[in-house]
Amino acid sequence: MWERIYRMLVKEFIQVLRDPRMKALIFVMPVIQLIMFGYAVTTDVDHIKTAVCDLDKSPQSRALIERFTASGYFTVVDSTDRPERLGELLDRGQATIGIQINHGFAEDLKSGRQAAIQTIVDGTDSNTGTVAMDYAQRITQEFSRARVGPGELDQLAPPQTEPIELRSRAWFNPDLKSRYFNVPGVIAVVVLLISLLLTAMAIVREREIGTMEQLMVTPIRSFELILGKTLPFVLISFIDVLVVTAIGISWFNVPIHGSLALLLFGAGLYLMSTIGIGLFISTISQTQQQALMSSFFFYLPAVLLSGFMFPISNMPEPAQWLTYLNPLRYFLVIIRDIFLKGSGWDILWPQFAALAVLGTALLTMSSLRFKKRMA
Amino acid sequence: MSDIALAVSGLGRAFGEMWAVRGLDLEVQRGEIFGLVGPDGAGKTTTMRMLTGILAASEGQATVAGFSIHDDAEAIKARISYMSQRFGLYGDLTVEENLRFYADLYEVPRRDREPLEEKLLGFSNLTPFRKRQARNLSGGMKQKLGLACALIHKPEILFLDEPTNGVDPVSRRDFWRILYAMLKKGVTIFVSTAYLDEAERCSRVGLMHRGRLIRCDTPQKLKEGLPGQLLELETGQPRDAREALAAQLGSSRVSLFGGMLHLYTEDAAEAEQIRAILQQAGIAVLAEKIITPTLEDVFIHWVTRDDAEAAA
Ligand SMILES: Nc1ncnc2c1ncn2[C@@H]1O[C@H](COP(=O)(O)OP(=O)(O)OP(=O)(O)O)[C@@H](O)[C@H]1O
Ligand SMILES: [Mg+2]
Repeated sequence: MWERIYRMLVKEFIQVLRDPRMKALIFVMPVIQLIMFGYAVTTDVDHIKTAVCDLDKSPQSRALIERFTASGYFTVVDSTDRPERLGELLDRGQATIGIQINHGFAEDLKSGRQAAIQTIVDGTDSNTGTVAMDYAQRITQEFSRARVGPGELDQLAPPQTEPIELRSRAWFNPDLKSRYFNVPGVIAVVVLLISLLLTAMAIVREREIGTMEQLMVTPIRSFELILGKTLPFVLISFIDVLVVTAIGISWFNVPIHGSLALLLFGAGLYLMSTIGIGLFISTISQTQQQALMSSFFFYLPAVLLSGFMFPISNMPEPAQWLTYLNPLRYFLVIIRDIFLKGSGWDILWPQFAALAVLGTALLTMSSLRFKKRMA
Repeated sequence: MSDIALAVSGLGRAFGEMWAVRGLDLEVQRGEIFGLVGPDGAGKTTTMRMLTGILAASEGQATVAGFSIHDDAEAIKARISYMSQRFGLYGDLTVEENLRFYADLYEVPRRDREPLEEKLLGFSNLTPFRKRQARNLSGGMKQKLGLACALIHKPEILFLDEPTNGVDPVSRRDFWRILYAMLKKGVTIFVSTAYLDEAERCSRVGLMHRGRLIRCDTPQKLKEGLPGQLLELETGQPRDAREALAAQLGSSRVSLFGGMLHLYTEDAAEAEQIRAILQQAGIAVLAEKIITPTLEDVFIHWVTRDDAEAAA
């Protein structure tokens, strides 16, 4: 029995390692996804190119500018006396934000009137633009708090902004380290895609090229066939978890506060569900194309209804109910909490239990559907 | 162990409304080589799949090596080998890896394995290609590898679905040499083929058409059982003669074999009619004799007749 399963496993690995496309799917795709989410989707911005037009030239105005540069988020690339120059610099892309402090800024502060500064933001890159505005707002608020003390907060008005072509966004993540939140999520999503797709495709592929017919006529037992066709992808998925986690920790400096062993245990339970679904898809698909379509038919809603990008609490109620059937929902909580909060078994056991129940149900159902016969 | 390898009665399989195989009755003795012939879509593959336990039968019974295809499909699988019509091995595994894979699936004991592997590779002239990926083998070599994998576990019954399709004559001879060697060891062989010269080598032949077994006997008896006679005519203008006869009798009755006309006649009156037709067309008959039909003649006769009956 183990002989057969082991041989299936060896065969599967030989095939995967001989197929450049499979190798790319398994080892390159997760890394690309991670880098995409780690860099491109990050909402962190620093060293924003800043142009300053200080018309007040008072100690107060200089102190404010000093605050901007000291924050590390802004780097002054130009100082000018002409307000029009700010627009020119932004147009040419030499600056991303222009800060204009008008005459009378210090006077207004001293006499307790609302003191206004003006910022112009290049909104072409709407993400950077929005973040730059947000930082500017925080810095001026802190500045005003420091100068006038608590209780008189509204003395300094929030900066008036004149975004150029600033498109509004449906969502916005003000978290300064969005990466910390995204990277663990990416691991969960990548593992889902890899394990689901590989399992579904590997079985249907054999059916399509005709090797399944030959396999079915051997005395291999159904469960040996199922194990032989799924265990390789469980192993590959674990390797992917480790690779992506290692890159997340070493390259993106995402700290892992909790136990790696607990995380791997959670991943194992999670894989029961994803492999179960992959197996199910293989029982309803005759061609690889059908399997691919069915996989994405499951994958996209699963990602959307998981809390990966949109908080579950913001979803309409029926959608919230659906999320309870989604293994990704539970694993996201597990992986994020282990990474960011260092949570342990005592807190996460409900998620583990949910995954164990879902996984057992899915695997059992699919295995029963899986027949060593032709349609 | 009984002497009967295969016992089939009333076996049928429907796909939706269409019966791919129906009312199949058949018995194959141990040590026999049974050939299944029939035009495309006759139901040969469907029959093989039912007998090997990978396709559920819609009706009827069959026992293979003493086990029912309905209740003991897995017991059957341990005792048979099956080479599907489509190449069913892994193209991205080497010759050797494919062999080993099947040795493991059939749980061939470790110590028997290596000599057996060597023997099978030598047998099929594949030894020089043992490290080559199966997809890079020629058509004939692929089929021989398929056979080698099928023989790695010493099956009682060997099912082969058109194993020599698209294989060159030399490899075909290799292939049949191996089959005869297996036969000598007492293995029962159930083979479907599109080549009637191969069917001639079988101990018995079943002729399948539109899902039914319309004839089943030894090649010799099949030929003798053809009603009427096969007439061979030598004429000066074979082409013109064929056209004239085909116009009157239908093209399926007349065929050309290297300048000779082969004509199938039901009785003496018809032979008279043929001479009359040729005379009218001004074609002289140089020689005339009655010949023994080939299996091809038998095949064509029964298939056309079955078609005509179906059309009526
Ligand atoms: N899975 C299937 N679903 C629907 N129809 C099928 C299926 N398999 C076979 N058939 C139909 O059953 C009939 C018999 O097919 P089968 O493959 O058994 O014929 P065959 O004698 O092997 O033909 P060939 O010489 O072309 O291999 C054909 O009409 C075929 O279209
Ligand atoms: Mg066929």
